[in-house]
Amino acid sequence: MTTLEIPVRPHTTTGVTPTLGRKAFVEQVMGMPVSVHIRATEPNRVDIAAAAAAVFAHLRKVDEVLSTWRTDSHLLRLQHGTATTDELHPWLADVTLLCLEAEDRTDGLFSAWRARPAGRTVFDPTGLVKGWAVAAASAHLETVPEIAWSINAGGDIAVGTGRGMHDVAPVWRVGIEDPRVRGQIADVVTLTRGGMATSGAAIRGAHVLDPRTGSAVDRPGSVTVVGPDLLWADVWATAAWVDPDAAQALMAARDPEHHLIRL
Amino acid sequence: MRRITLWVLSTISTLVLLFSYHTSTSSTARAGTSIIAPQTTTATGSTATGSTAPGSTTTGGSASGTTASGTGSTSAAATGSGSTATSGATAASETVDGSVVSTRFGNVQVQITVENGQITKSVVLQVPWNNQKDQQINARAVPTLNSEAVKAQSADIDIVSGATYTSEAYLQSLQSAIDQAHLS
Repeated sequence: MTTLEIPVRPHTTTGVTPTLGRKAFVEQVMGMPVSVHIRATEPNRVDIAAAAAAVFAHLRKVDEVLSTWRTDSHLLRLQHGTATTDELHPWLADVTLLCLEAEDRTDGLFSAWRARPAGRTVFDPTGLVKGWAVAAASAHLETVPEIAWSINAGGDIAVGTGRGMHDVAPVWRVGIEDPRVRGQIADVVTLTRGGMATSGAAIRGAHVLDPRTGSAVDRPGSVTVVGPDLLWADVWATAAWVDPDAAQALMAARDPEHHLIRL
Repeated sequence: MRRITLWVLSTISTLVLLFSYHTSTSSTARAGTSIIAPQTTTATGSTATGSTAPGSTTTGGSASGTTASGTGSTSAAATGSGSTATSGATAASETVDGSVVSTRFGNVQVQITVENGQITKSVVLQVPWNNQKDQQINARAVPTLNSEAVKAQSADIDIVSGATYTSEAYLQSLQSAIDQAHLS
């Protein structure tokens, strides 16, 4: 008779968190400052710096492909008819499909297509690209052993862990800015893994269009969505800004792991 | 043995919660909404303290002990800077400049002073003063930010979400300044 020994994972956590150092990397990418924070017992490891660099490289590449500001981006070359589809990055197809799915999931509260008065429909995936890009770029951090990470891209946040941090993953305290009082923190969310996105008009003014009417959403306040993944938290935050009640009902039915915070 | 440890820890947690109650209401942050993504397997997530205490950053709020606020993080999980501070280290003060953030309105930059891992002072180094409207915006925003930088740290915030244009620049610059404290 053979006995199989099942390896037992040593139980090291009785409420004691190892002392973690913290290191920040900041770069201006996609028109905004992006900060990557790493917590690890030795945050100055070279593999950590390399992974952070890979995150920024990923975001720069996304900007090359999908920017709506750079006339040489693949997206604009496609729209202006100055490139053939063979020259274009497959991310364009990925993002287009995700935009269709997002429109579907939110019953049209999120839409990347909007009609121009002249009658031509414009495809602008900007509302989805940031969340998608940051969520995808974070894959470079998820393979790094023994770290916890956070990425803040212009107020949209993704946090998570690398390999081997499951028992001792630290909590990040994320402050949500008060939409009525500039610079003040109105609420705090603690997050270990997941994504968080905020949508609102505030000072920047009405910049989100209601796809149902074509007019800008202009009212005080903001909405924040917390969920397992920044891509969908971001999409739902946009949808919830357009119609909080409808979005909340849809989220509860279709993506129940997401939470809506209204301010 | 483990149960006793847990019991002791939870008792301490309760006491800490009790004693830190009035400070948490007087701070600007509302009671933290504790939301942990579903796939999380954190074992300590059962109570409010359990989820916040291990999350105290290395800049742990309680270290300098100038006020009663932040005592919530003085539990067993208090990290590096907390222990150095209690061992009687002198107040190491460091001033760091945030990176310059370009906005549509101009450049914005914040400088912070860190003592024992806490922001004690923040100064706006650069703001756009291009036109009348900017001056109005900045006149209101800058004083707020100067005090908010200190408040945000006392609330032990790691990241800031939900920013928009002008204030995005400020908050990002503040975030960037806090980042700078962790850059070396």
